Amino acid sequence: MKRSLFWMCCGVVMVLLVLGFGAGPAVSGALDAFKGLEGTVQIAGGTAHIPVMNDAAKAIMTAHPKIRILVEGGGTGIGVQKVGEGLVDIGNTGRALTDQEVAKYGLKSFPFALDGVAVVVHPSNPVSNLTAKQVQDIFSGVITRWKDVGGNDAPIHLFTRDEASGTREVFWEKALKKGSVAPSANVVGSNGAMKVAVSQDKDAIGYAGIGHVDASVKGIVLDGVAPTQENALNGSYPVTRKLYMNTKGEPKPLVKAFIDYILSPEGIEIVKKHGYLPL
Amino acid sequence: MTDHRFSAEAQALRRTARRELWIERILLAAAGLSAAVVVAIFSMLVWFCLPLFTEHRLGAVLAWRWDPIHQHFGILPMLITSCMLTILALCIAFPLTIGICSLLHGTIRNGVLRRMLLFLVHFMTGIPTVIYGFVSVFVLVPLLRWVFETGTGFSLMAACLTLSVLILPTMVLVLHAELDQAEARYRLTAEALGFSAEQTMRSVLLPACRRALIVTVLLGMGRAVGDTLVSLMVAGNAAQVPHSLFDSVRTLTAHIALVLATDSHSMAYQSVFAAGLFLFLLMSCFQAVLRFWAKSGASFR
Repeated sequence: MKRSLFWMCCGVVMVLLVLGFGAGPAVSGALDAFKGLEGTVQIAGGTAHIPVMNDAAKAIMTAHPKIRILVEGGGTGIGVQKVGEGLVDIGNTGRALTDQEVAKYGLKSFPFALDGVAVVVHPSNPVSNLTAKQVQDIFSGVITRWKDVGGNDAPIHLFTRDEASGTREVFWEKALKKGSVAPSANVVGSNGAMKVAVSQDKDAIGYAGIGHVDASVKGIVLDGVAPTQENALNGSYPVTRKLYMNTKGEPKPLVKAFIDYILSPEGIEIVKKHGYLPL
Repeated sequence: MTDHRFSAEAQALRRTARRELWIERILLAAAGLSAAVVVAIFSMLVWFCLPLFTEHRLGAVLAWRWDPIHQHFGILPMLITSCMLTILALCIAFPLTIGICSLLHGTIRNGVLRRMLLFLVHFMTGIPTVIYGFVSVFVLVPLLRWVFETGTGFSLMAACLTLSVLILPTMVLVLHAELDQAEARYRLTAEALGFSAEQTMRSVLLPACRRALIVTVLLGMGRAVGDTLVSLMVAGNAAQVPHSLFDSVRTLTAHIALVLATDSHSMAYQSVFAAGLFLFLLMSCFQAVLRFWAKSGASFR
């Protein structure tokens, strides 16, 4: 156990070294803001944010080796807690903060992208369209077989997200209209795990951020509107949310520079690259 | 001259005695510290659970329904699941442990096969839990879904099988070490009495290792109850009382992991501490029962 842990640590250190110092410098406009700054930015929270944060961190650390940016996941709840308790500099959330959270910790929010939440099924599932009512009935356990919504004669395997998930919060509020989820539904802990679960089970149904939907799962057309980023941006697809970075009070210069970078044209490119829409 | 040598010996003796005294003190301090940590953990859990007791919300936690959106915070399904999963995993792993140890000390006491088996067991102890979970998600879960055609494959069954593989090597190694000692003591006598290797194992070595059997079970149980990752990855995590082996279930540990990230002022968050407390009590109960049983068993002899 100890030995394998040691090797795993070695591996992680190697990867960090390669990421940090391996690539050549590529300084450009938005990165100039980091000149003269050094230190560490710690980031934790929403899992939907991670690809964007990682790419930004890589670009910044490549150009300015004295800056270290550590990106962790944990989910929206962890993001609020950690930044609130001062354990990290930026806490990412996949939903707007509640009034209590803002009041308790004095948090400041920086929205930077729009993400939709799509209902996903296995690519081989013949069902491609569902109404909002059907989705609600499926998730509450009223409809239990695919046959009842025009699919195969097979049981529906429900997958939902954990209690702290921002994706779940948005889906529950905007797609399920705050309806209940059957207690027999499987619970997975991240967008990635949801994709793995649904892509492996031809009778599965779940939901994930549109940015995470790729060829391994099929996004369901909801009430005639396809779950694409375009439809999310023009407002026709209703199940959307903003992605936020949050700081405790005013951010310190380095953290401010990071946030500005995410909001800069280069940051916007990264946001687009991962399937999200810049605001 | 003799005086001098005598005093040197005395000095050496005194030095040894002093060293032993220090060793004893350090060990005592270590033991005291461990005990203090356990007590501290318990008191911290009780302290965090106090609001549940004082505000009469214990009933809300000791309920059968977990549905935080509708203000149901029952953790009993998870408690039941943890118990069931542990017992089931032990039901698979314990006979296998006995079997493997019987092979190692009875049938194949020498040779390449024994060395390979031992190497395999040692190797298995070194595999991180997450690897077991990962392989289960991609191999065992689809297999269960395909073979039994009930449910998603993420189930009590999947968790139980994975967990039994996880705890098996630890249990085998503990029992193996004990059997090694017993073997050194009894093998010759048993052979002189004309026992075959298998007979020795069954009638001499295993009974001689009765206490070790209990320790083996306790250790396996500790790992099974405490394991979070495997149940989180393959059990499905639906907060319900399982009615069949193929139901999706959530253990106390997985529950804590899933809920810990919620808003720290919500009732759901507080219920996590209750879950922790019950996990602690559950383990203590298991331990107490088994130790009591071991003691009373010994006095029968």
